[in-house]
Amino acid sequence: MDTCIEKIRAIGADLLAKGTVEKVIGFANGSIPMATRPVAVTSPKDMDKLVFNCVCGLNLANYVSKNSLSKKEGKIAVVAKGCDARNLVTHIVENQISRDQIYIIGVPCTGMVDKRKIAALFEDEITGFEEDGDTLTITSASKTETVKKADVLRHNCGVCTHRNPPVYDVMAGDPVEEQTLDQPYEDVDQIAAMDPDARWAYFEKLTQNCIRCYACRNACPLCYCPTCFVDESGPQWVGKGQDETDVTTFHFLRAFHCAGRCTDCGACVEACPMGINVRDFTRKLNKDALELFGWEAGLDLDKRPPLDVYSPNDPNDFIK
Amino acid sequence: MNFITIDKKDWTRGIDQSRNAYRVYGPVKDENGCQIKPLAPDTYPEMDAVVTVMSAKSVLFPQTEKILTATLDESKQDHHIMKPVKKDEMPRVVLGIRPYDAKAVQLVKLNFDNPDYQDPYWCAAYDATTFVGLGVTHPGPCDFSTAAGCGPFSEDGLDVLMADMDDKYLAKILTEKGEKWAAACGFDTAADVKESQALFDILRKEAEKQIQADVATDQLAKKEILDLYDAPFWEDVAFSCINCGTCTYVCPTCWCFDIQDEARHNTAVRFRNWDSCMSPLFTHHASGHNPRGTKVQRVRQRFMHKLKYFLDKYDQGIMCVGCGRCVASCPVNIDIREVCNRMNDYETTK
Amino acid sequence: MENPYLPYPVRIDNIEVATEDKSLKTFTFVFVNPEDEEKFAYQAGQFAELSIPGVGEIPIGIASSPVEKGFVKFTVFRTGVVTTHLHNMKQGDLMGIRGPLGNWYPWDKLENKNVVIIGGGFAFTTLRSSIVYMLDPANRKKFKNIDVVYGARSPGMLLYKEELFEWEQRDDINMHITVDGTDDPDWKYHTGFVPQVVEDYAPEADEDTYAIVCGPPIMIKFTQPALTKLGFQPHQIIMSLENRMKCGIGMCGRCNIGKELVCKDGPVFTLAQINQTPKEY
Repeated sequence: MDTCIEKIRAIGADLLAKGTVEKVIGFANGSIPMATRPVAVTSPKDMDKLVFNCVCGLNLANYVSKNSLSKKEGKIAVVAKGCDARNLVTHIVENQISRDQIYIIGVPCTGMVDKRKIAALFEDEITGFEEDGDTLTITSASKTETVKKADVLRHNCGVCTHRNPPVYDVMAGDPVEEQTLDQPYEDVDQIAAMDPDARWAYFEKLTQNCIRCYACRNACPLCYCPTCFVDESGPQWVGKGQDETDVTTFHFLRAFHCAGRCTDCGACVEACPMGINVRDFTRKLNKDALELFGWEAGLDLDKRPPLDVYSPNDPNDFIK
Repeated sequence: MNFITIDKKDWTRGIDQSRNAYRVYGPVKDENGCQIKPLAPDTYPEMDAVVTVMSAKSVLFPQTEKILTATLDESKQDHHIMKPVKKDEMPRVVLGIRPYDAKAVQLVKLNFDNPDYQDPYWCAAYDATTFVGLGVTHPGPCDFSTAAGCGPFSEDGLDVLMADMDDKYLAKILTEKGEKWAAACGFDTAADVKESQALFDILRKEAEKQIQADVATDQLAKKEILDLYDAPFWEDVAFSCINCGTCTYVCPTCWCFDIQDEARHNTAVRFRNWDSCMSPLFTHHASGHNPRGTKVQRVRQRFMHKLKYFLDKYDQGIMCVGCGRCVASCPVNIDIREVCNRMNDYETTK
Repeated sequence: MENPYLPYPVRIDNIEVATEDKSLKTFTFVFVNPEDEEKFAYQAGQFAELSIPGVGEIPIGIASSPVEKGFVKFTVFRTGVVTTHLHNMKQGDLMGIRGPLGNWYPWDKLENKNVVIIGGGFAFTTLRSSIVYMLDPANRKKFKNIDVVYGARSPGMLLYKEELFEWEQRDDINMHITVDGTDDPDWKYHTGFVPQVVEDYAPEADEDTYAIVCGPPIMIKFTQPALTKLGFQPHQIIMSLENRMKCGIGMCGRCNIGKELVCKDGPVFTLAQINQTPKEY
């Protein structure tokens, strides 16, 4: 895959040099194998810091919601994959930022890798990671493995049908082919097919290691509430401890707050230190939004989300 | 100081033998990685596991811990009078702990057990716990324990230090608690003291050589707090931070907690939870004023606390043992090693 | 081992509405176990955690004075979960108190000195404790001149009004009571903000004069320059800080300002000490 990095850097440098934007938000190399870190570049000479590769799994739209920006900030450029760009559209539709405050450097994306899948190939810790087109070479103290990127993609990238940013100011590469999937929500169907007891046990197991760090919430561009419901004290909606009910309530309720807005970017799972697949919660709601309202978030700047508008055709078979 | 060898064929039998005297904890793998958990009767610690995601601090300091309780039933004589919650007093042993996690407990002890106040819950758990460590022969890329005042074979805080010798463990019994544990397991094959110590020294040096720490802390004590506080690099360090609590929760030397009350029907419970200085509400006053209301202030607080305030206050080195868990788990790859070097190298231009 | 999280059980003996807008109430507590009162022996300037089972705890300055026996008093502003619950409690209700916590005003250093007490709004609680302590016949000779500047938004918002007017009549203490504004034609005292009254009426400092300042951040911000004009050096200005607290015993790590913990190394600090810390309070 052409990682488009040269073009990204050139575009970014040009934008800064001309003063079109004040800063460019992108990814830089991390300090350990398989890591990148979000970074803000303010000078053309620092453009070399930016990278774009198969471990850029976070969503940079997270850094440009209303409470992330100071009032004095001018125009900002964001390096955006398909999902990131959709979240920028959602930000604009939800009045977090205005269209003219954002310069979207669109990047066609063929997917990010699942670091845990890769780590599971080894008994010891990974000491080196190299990407060469579609081939990955990973080393540890005991061995070296070569894998195909396509075999270790994150699940959300594997079922992605919006690899190309739907809205952008400039594209840093040629569009890539979009996938068509017969059964994009197979994972959701599998859970829905379980009987209630099995499903309850499934979700109990899913969240048993949650440490309430809120990395999932904080990495999510949709979670920009000045005070999250878990932090309210008057009244207190959810306990703050490790009680199972409180932990699952947090996850369920957060997923509902993302209903009709989530782009399945996978930043939540990427951020989770325990590797919990919190997408099991949000994907069900994404499927419902698609089936009930024909809706996928972040594709159109001019359409209001379904939970924002009422139409006489809205499904109402719940009214008995 | 004595040394014993434990044939690996005897390892599980010995653990089982100790179960009537100790609750056994150790690393176990599950679908989310490697965690330190209480071991059920037929499970054993995964001694070959890579570093656990979470540290062993939850053995002494559970993430949620009930501390007081009261009945609200006004027909009872002692209504509304809070009483301490009775704790499980059975001794416990943590097997396969990494040496730096035991050193971390010693640093945390400075907080919970000091001349002015002692935390009865933490101290009781500490007294009841025996730490059996396994030296780290292949430190991972995030390990910088040698730069943080301990190392892959450090003995500080351990009751027993073991080394993996393929078909057996060589164990150095460091304290009385360690002796008691070895006796409870029936591990009593003595090993030659001089030879064993020499072996440990070689293993330690080999392991330490593999750590490319490159983290300097020698100038931190000389810096002025306000100079470091006003340094210009904090905005840069803090940009990517998402203010979750991951670094603080995986860290073995972080100990901040919250106290919460809950009432259900006629019972009131007061408990404490881990809390994180990264959380926006951590310092939020009831009036609405928040001394650390911005992300930069909170990020700066974490590193200043760990690498400067603690250092100045207790003169026992930095509040970090170099386990590298925060580096491995931080979603945005903020690296404490880089921040430490920036602080250590910082010269004010004032 | 003593359990520092365990509160002493107390009973609410009296509740008085302290201000005209009812946002503050003064609670008088009596210890359920009489021996706990001795264990609770405190100094003026300290605080305690008021503990309501099932609801929570709040750190409040002790308004009663060590020379007042048989009870302890706190004046509480209603602002959040616990304070609202407390405001709705009745005489005779049971709850808990943990303490005394924190350090106190440096009474040994203040002996044979002139003391200027400056307070604003409802931060006057520990200052009341201090004044009652100093005016007590057993203690008055230990101090030289005592001046008090205390201001609130309006006459109805002044705390401990009866006592303030009583002290005003005495000749061993100089009271400078002020309000920001009032339309009461019978108002006998000053009108104006505390920092201005300090500048106009507080005595000039010499090396035997100390100022104790307690009030909202805005008042402190403008009082400092006034004190400097009068010649007070940073080590002569004593302040009581606030911060969000939970354990109150220096263990939960929340209330730190730099390496000082407000609940344990404070809440009383001199301005000289505060100047060495980051401004995170």
